Amino acid sequence: MTTLHDVDDLPVRFTRRGRPDVRAVDGVSFSVSAGETVGLVGESGSGKSVTSLAIMGLLPKRGVTVGGRAEFAGRDLLRLPADALRDLRGRELSMVFQDPLSALNPVISIGLQVTEVLERHRGMSGREARAEAARLLEVVGIPDPTRRLREYPHQLSGGMRQRALIAMAVACQPRLLIADEPTTALDVTIQAQILELLRGLVQEQGTALVLITHDLGVVAGICDRVNVMYSGRIVEQADRRTLFVQPRHPYTTGLLASIPRLDSAADLPLEPIPGSPTDTVPWDTACAFAPRCTRRLDVCGTERPALADNGGVRLLRCHNPVPAAESLAVGAEGRR
Amino acid sequence: MTDSGPGAVLAGSAFGGAGLDPLGAGPEEAGGSISREAWRRLRGNRVAILGAVLVLLFVLVALLAPLLAPYDPKDPVLRSQITPGNYPGLSAQHWLGVDRQGRDELSRIIYGSRQSLLVGVVATSLGFAGGMLLGLLAGAFGGWIDSLVMRVVDVLLALPGLLLAITIAAVLGQSLTSIMLAIAVVQIPIFARLLRGSMLAQRESDYVLAARMVGVRRRKIMLGHVLPNSLSPVIVQATLSLATAIIDAAALSYLGLSGTDPDVPEWGRMLAEAQQDLVAAPRLAFIPCIAIVIAALGFTLLGESLREALDPKFRR
Repeated sequence: MTTLHDVDDLPVRFTRRGRPDVRAVDGVSFSVSAGETVGLVGESGSGKSVTSLAIMGLLPKRGVTVGGRAEFAGRDLLRLPADALRDLRGRELSMVFQDPLSALNPVISIGLQVTEVLERHRGMSGREARAEAARLLEVVGIPDPTRRLREYPHQLSGGMRQRALIAMAVACQPRLLIADEPTTALDVTIQAQILELLRGLVQEQGTALVLITHDLGVVAGICDRVNVMYSGRIVEQADRRTLFVQPRHPYTTGLLASIPRLDSAADLPLEPIPGSPTDTVPWDTACAFAPRCTRRLDVCGTERPALADNGGVRLLRCHNPVPAAESLAVGAEGRR
Repeated sequence: MTDSGPGAVLAGSAFGGAGLDPLGAGPEEAGGSISREAWRRLRGNRVAILGAVLVLLFVLVALLAPLLAPYDPKDPVLRSQITPGNYPGLSAQHWLGVDRQGRDELSRIIYGSRQSLLVGVVATSLGFAGGMLLGLLAGAFGGWIDSLVMRVVDVLLALPGLLLAITIAAVLGQSLTSIMLAIAVVQIPIFARLLRGSMLAQRESDYVLAARMVGVRRRKIMLGHVLPNSLSPVIVQATLSLATAIIDAAALSYLGLSGTDPDVPEWGRMLAEAQQDLVAAPRLAFIPCIAIVIAALGFTLLGESLREALDPKFRR
């Protein structure tokens, strides 16, 4: 499998006059191949969405600097002129947003919003575009598509809105699809359907999917490889099985231990990660997770850990990773 | 249901009216656009109905003036019976009596509505068009264009509206056209600022990001996505502006800045003339005032209900 998309060390800085820069994302590297699904996992504020917007060139120009490299099919998206990037977006690269209600224009019918993409990238118009739009809605599982095309976003249910949004995103069979928390705003039953839909698209069209989520259940269901992010950096990267069976980073084990489990006693308290993501220290001088870490050593507060290869199966950014034997226990428990 | 603001009280009947719906189009009917939904809510709102009736009355009277008016408004039919300080009062022939020149007051009020409507519509349309253009420029381009446009708007807004209108009308000379232009200029900054603010807010929304994501061009995003979403406050303002324009027009013609022909009936000028006979015939002052209030009130009520009906907070 050849690498379709390769993000290499992508620092994103937010600058504001009179204030120190905020480094929202730093040193994020991952790659994804056609037909593969890669997860970006982390809690709110860990830089998942900023990463995806930076790749797509959708961050505001003022006050933001993006460095590094985001290669797509041999071209660096970050160095591409705006026009060329705009031609790629929607056709080769696409994205599904978190909240389908706000990502759809409330005063324009679903039909117009879907045909707009077809007109823009596939040169269709009129009846042809409408027929194709109806077919797309059918593909994503919306019943009675011709009627739905005439309706407005507020007349659709949450799940149907998300399907419509996915229909727009895959209208041109993009080679890379980024789904930013595609199921967060939906009911659990609908979540499963949407994930199934995404998985189907990946398998049938050979799309490379980057799935951004904070839900490890979603990751377990669909991702081939997983990147765990904390405070704008990847802290652990492994394939799904390795990560779930044998998590090594204390943050990953913490995430897994904090998930409620069907087979544990109902009154057993969950194990939260202490503190909150605001308790971070800058990565420059220390490990950002150190203030919340149960395995913290002195070195964690004075020296930045590097993302290093660990046993050939994972990348790990930690001074004192969870021992393999111990993590096996957490992982075994973490398995469904 | 809704529970905030004074509007909620006014909208109280909005959802209860389904059973009385004469067309039988139930609220569950699918396939309605937002404007249709707003229309439905408007129809169920008593205040909106009252406003609409007043506006309709005003417009009909203006359009059908030659049919409705019992006399020629310029014809001093009772001039012979007029003595200074003593005019014939209300009678079966002259429902609202006659003015100091013996002209039928009712006919003059009816014909006066034409001037008010004309000035209101033309001035508001011009103000709307100008304001939309400036607002669109500022809202769509941002940057230095935005700054430039908004500074001009700030300057216009810094001057009191009526004072500015008086100055412009005075400079342009006594005519109906100059009144309309003057009022339009006063309204331009209001529309411009409203549209710009609305567009700036909409530009940050997720659907704009989503449209950019699928590669939609900038111009299409601005005109096809942002503008339609930014219109509702501007439309509401246009309705309210009609009321302001009618009042301002009356004020300007009261000050003698309208046309030079004193025979043409205008509510503002009728008020000015009545001032001289305030003691002998106070009704001559009250009648045009009431006409102005009714016309302005109709548009204001309609505008406020429209705001309610289009407000996304009340939607769904």
